[in-house]
Amino acid sequence: MVHRIEVGFKPSVRDAWGEKVKGKMWDDFHCRVDRVQRIDVYTLDMVLSFDELKRIAEGPFVDPIIQHYAIDKPLARDFDWIIEIGFRPGVTDNVGRTSREALALVLGKTPQDEEKVYTSKQCIIQGDLSRKEVETISTGLLANELIERFTIVHKSEWDPSRGIDIPVPRVKENNLSGEVAEVDLNVTDEELMEISQKGVLALNLNEMKALQNYIRDETVTNKRREVGLGERLTDVEIEALAQTWSEHCKHKIFNGIIHYQDEEGTERVIESLFDTFIRASTEKIRADLPEDWCLSVFVDNAGVIAFNRDYSLVFKVETHNSPSALDPYGGALTGIVGVNRDPFGTGKGSKLIFNTDVFCFASPFYSDPLPPRLLHPKRIYEGVREGVEHGGNKSGIPTVNGSIVFDDRFLGKPLVYCGTGGIMPRMLGGKPSHTKNISPGDFIVMTGGRIGKDGIHGATFSSEELHEDSPATAVQIGDPITQKRMTDFLLHARDAHLYDCITDNGAGGLSSSVGEMAEKSGGCELHLEKAPLKYTGLKPWEILLSEAQERMTLAVSPQKINAFLALAEKMNVEATVLGTFTDSGMFHVLYDGRTVACLDMTFFHQGVPPLTMEARWKVPQHEEPHFDSPRDLTPSLQKMLARLNICSKESVIRQYDHEVQGGSVVKPLVGVCDDGPSDAAVIRPLLESMEGVVVSHGICPRYGDIDTYHMMACAIDEALRNYCAVGGNPNHVAGIDNFCWCDPIASDKNPDGEYKLAQLVRANMALYDYTTCFAVPCISGKDSMKNDYRIGDKKISIPPTVLFSVMGKVDDIRKAVTMDVKQPGDVIYMLGTTYDQLGGSEYYASLGWVGNGVPTVDGPRAKGLYQALNRAMNLELVASCHDCSDGGLGVALAESAFAGGLGVAVDLRKVPAEGIARDDTLFYSESASRFIVTVSPSNKEAFHDTMKGHTIAEIGSVVADSTFTVVGLQGTAVVKADSNELRDVWKRTLAF
Amino acid sequence: MKTKAIVISGNGTNCEMEMAYACELGGFDQVDIVHISELLYGEKKLNDYHFLNLPGGFLDGDDLGSAKANANRIKHAVINNTGELLFDHFLQFIQQGGLILGVCNGFQLMVKLGLLPGFDQEYTVQRATLTFNDSGRFEDRWVYLKINEASPCVFTRGIEKIYLPVRHGEGKFVVENEGVLKKLHSHAQIVMRYTRTDYKEATGDYPFNPNGSVDAIAGVCDESGRMFGMMPHPEGYLHYSNHPRWTRERLPEEGAGVSIFRNAARYVRHTLL
Repeated sequence: MVHRIEVGFKPSVRDAWGEKVKGKMWDDFHCRVDRVQRIDVYTLDMVLSFDELKRIAEGPFVDPIIQHYAIDKPLARDFDWIIEIGFRPGVTDNVGRTSREALALVLGKTPQDEEKVYTSKQCIIQGDLSRKEVETISTGLLANELIERFTIVHKSEWDPSRGIDIPVPRVKENNLSGEVAEVDLNVTDEELMEISQKGVLALNLNEMKALQNYIRDETVTNKRREVGLGERLTDVEIEALAQTWSEHCKHKIFNGIIHYQDEEGTERVIESLFDTFIRASTEKIRADLPEDWCLSVFVDNAGVIAFNRDYSLVFKVETHNSPSALDPYGGALTGIVGVNRDPFGTGKGSKLIFNTDVFCFASPFYSDPLPPRLLHPKRIYEGVREGVEHGGNKSGIPTVNGSIVFDDRFLGKPLVYCGTGGIMPRMLGGKPSHTKNISPGDFIVMTGGRIGKDGIHGATFSSEELHEDSPATAVQIGDPITQKRMTDFLLHARDAHLYDCITDNGAGGLSSSVGEMAEKSGGCELHLEKAPLKYTGLKPWEILLSEAQERMTLAVSPQKINAFLALAEKMNVEATVLGTFTDSGMFHVLYDGRTVACLDMTFFHQGVPPLTMEARWKVPQHEEPHFDSPRDLTPSLQKMLARLNICSKESVIRQYDHEVQGGSVVKPLVGVCDDGPSDAAVIRPLLESMEGVVVSHGICPRYGDIDTYHMMACAIDEALRNYCAVGGNPNHVAGIDNFCWCDPIASDKNPDGEYKLAQLVRANMALYDYTTCFAVPCISGKDSMKNDYRIGDKKISIPPTVLFSVMGKVDDIRKAVTMDVKQPGDVIYMLGTTYDQLGGSEYYASLGWVGNGVPTVDGPRAKGLYQALNRAMNLELVASCHDCSDGGLGVALAESAFAGGLGVAVDLRKVPAEGIARDDTLFYSESASRFIVTVSPSNKEAFHDTMKGHTIAEIGSVVADSTFTVVGLQGTAVVKADSNELRDVWKRTLAF
Repeated sequence: MKTKAIVISGNGTNCEMEMAYACELGGFDQVDIVHISELLYGEKKLNDYHFLNLPGGFLDGDDLGSAKANANRIKHAVINNTGELLFDHFLQFIQQGGLILGVCNGFQLMVKLGLLPGFDQEYTVQRATLTFNDSGRFEDRWVYLKINEASPCVFTRGIEKIYLPVRHGEGKFVVENEGVLKKLHSHAQIVMRYTRTDYKEATGDYPFNPNGSVDAIAGVCDESGRMFGMMPHPEGYLHYSNHPRWTRERLPEEGAGVSIFRNAARYVRHTLL
């Protein structure tokens, strides 16, 4: 029996959701309607009496002060159109899950497994729209057809006694449970590739042949016969291998062999980008550190560094690009709650203390026709924003740092970077917390959510470009509350020393988590039929590969298992023993006692043949821009401040809780009106201590159009610059590299693959050069290599993009500095030299140019400057400090001025510069390693002393009113503006 | 005898740590963060405490409306092996004279349980609610609050005005009917209201009133002044470095939020020990 309870606001109550949707209908679709209202629908798939339904409705479902309801009849009246939107079968329905728990409490009985609650919402429209318009609104605004279905009803079709007949989104049962298929790999190469493509395995011919050779080996087949398998691989084995060997998990491009040819034709063979540039730089830095504060790098889900003697810090940044392209909300939500599990699953587990997020989108004002299957960038922007909002806020983790980069090449795939930091005591149960131990005989325990078909093929899917058949099941919706309950429980279990090893279930699900953990003991025996499922009908390979969210896998010793399971039960978290870790050397998987997979651990993890790739660098030549420097820079300054990459992101930032946990020190928005853009975040993770954590990042994909070497150098410099601008200690800071690339493997479809691979090589070379120079070790990182869109003839590739995030320490947060100017009369200093480096700048971009003179980084000079600036800050000589990045000196100066609610008077002739004869170049050049600093006149002398030997110059002063005056190289005013007006321009662009 | 505070956690709370720290700074001798399962297993008892804290968060994800599902849980959940309802323990705690503070999601919970406004000591009937902000969005921003010094609220004694962060999407206070609003005013149960930066007149203007609350209500207490709920986060301002403009202004070392907890500790020491 199916019942419906419909809940809506009483007519007198303001419907904020309805008003928002009404606004968007006009803004985005030019559909004017009189009124929009929302009705929440609960579909209860269970037998209930009317009295029970009434108790459920009046209990948890309805707020009697503002809502009314109807049982098994419609609530809507007086409308023109109804759109009802609900999930497709199998899609995570968080509200449905909460509803089911709530009604169980009301009725005092637990529903049967198959008795579910499904939720949907009705959008009730009063307004004269055509069916076509209603359909456009449904698909373009309200429903994402990949995960949701919708029904449209016009008032003329409406039967008020019956309402809408909506199908119940039950997952169709089938009788395939336990079914295992076998795949014959004794076939031609062509057939091998067909198997790979049809199965979304994303394996190339070499890799398919490696599987073929494995199964042809007689010692292998003999061993297989002992456990009841034969000469064919099972689908469980093939899927597990494809996942483990995926680009996403094995980083085959970063670990492959590259023949790199530079612009002069000199060749260099690089055995592995990762080993050669990333791992090697960290090793060198660690060897040179007076005291090595790196505790765990590259070996775990996240990197670990020391915070102080008693605590360590954990940090990881991930991307969730492909899922966010298909379902921005679910993709981003899963991105954030997914990366949460990385620091949580590092060592023995850390408590999560901050989130960061960086997005790359096409312009939300994009107005050309959209290629098929792509969502409009504004929809992606809002969906991703909301996903991160829900993921972060509901998990109680402050979102402290981030940015949004706009470039229309992100139309094909948005980039969604999500990062999370954690803190843990350095010792737990007498062992270093950043280590993991597993002994043969320990139980494999899965805890948290249940397994469904969600996210199957996520790892292999994200290793491919976005194409016509990109699987819908690759998308999942995270459930922050199930995860919060689980993490609450696991922190209790950790502190009671009830487990020895923990890791998360992300890409590849159990196959990946158990597979990786089994390396520590030397094997495993996993019984899939024991895994708790959301619904029946999953095949063994689906159970093994499912990427259903909110799950951790643990190793629990036989002595502790009872206590562990009892605590889980008490804290209302599901925990299930799925098998044992062994030292058999085999990844052994069973279903109902029958072996469904048995793979050699060495082959499983190391059998993937290395890729060999060609890379050829050619210096791109862009047309050299030619135009006159404007006499008056005021209009260009206004135009720059309004640009998407520079303008205020306050409307997004305010919707994230950046203060929960009580340790907020430097917020994302600072200054007299709380709206100035902070360079970096400072938080105090231990409330009784004044030691702080500093988080910032650098990202500058535009420079990659000229040379990715300098793009990488500038990203590292920018991250550090931001970090130092708030007072971060330059001697205790670690980095995380996140590469997002377009396909760098040359093929017929991808003719410039060799160039893109050369770009990747060059970025890695810069990573080595600059991390070692600055002594900022990378402690973890990730790459996402197939950020292309291809449907029909249309191909859109993202610009190669690296996000470089840093996390470090400030010894005393009371000495932190913000970017807003403080007092009239304070002296304004420019730190660092300005060069003619407008190539790839926002200024050139605003005029339609790219140019060639990209900013370069003088590492040793920058390092000295950052050290000196840090000393000045420790002596409390600096009133404000703001880094110069997008838009250069001009934009930084304007931001500092209006954030402080004051004006400035500055003379460009005093700015330290080389080779610049134009005001606009001086004002907007994006040369690296520069800051605008203000200093109280009483500290001037001490500041000069501290900065001795470094490039600094007094360029003007802060003035009491809001006049913003800049004198140019000719000695006449080139900017005359009002800083409040500049603020208004800066705040207008994205104020929606 | 020790002054004892309990902070209930679990199912989506997320401010328990700083709320517990605020209790310590306020002067409580013993502060325990207790997971709700420990109450349901009878391992911890509300009666052993003087001050009950309901911290902010997203109880059950606010999936059925803010704090709604957890209000349902507290009303129906049974303490293991006793047959006693958890909610009855809440009511006994109130009868024994204990203090309750609900912040943000905790305030929403108190209102939806009926603990507030709790007219005539009837703590089980919902008379008001907290619903979606007029802006339709969650927002993190600081607000200026004027305290009603005529209010019986024990938490705000001696405080005239206070500057605190709000971080919510459902903070709009709405009453069942005009009668409820009148009664709230006449009993001086409206403890704090949103104002402009001068802390003078209550305001309906966004963003000073961040959610569109009726009469700019930010916090209410019961007639005894011992039950208090507020949308702003006093535990979000425990040190001057939490203040959004601490690098520009001279501020006392201690954040203004501590005073709320100090009043609670003082009351417990003078009245309950």
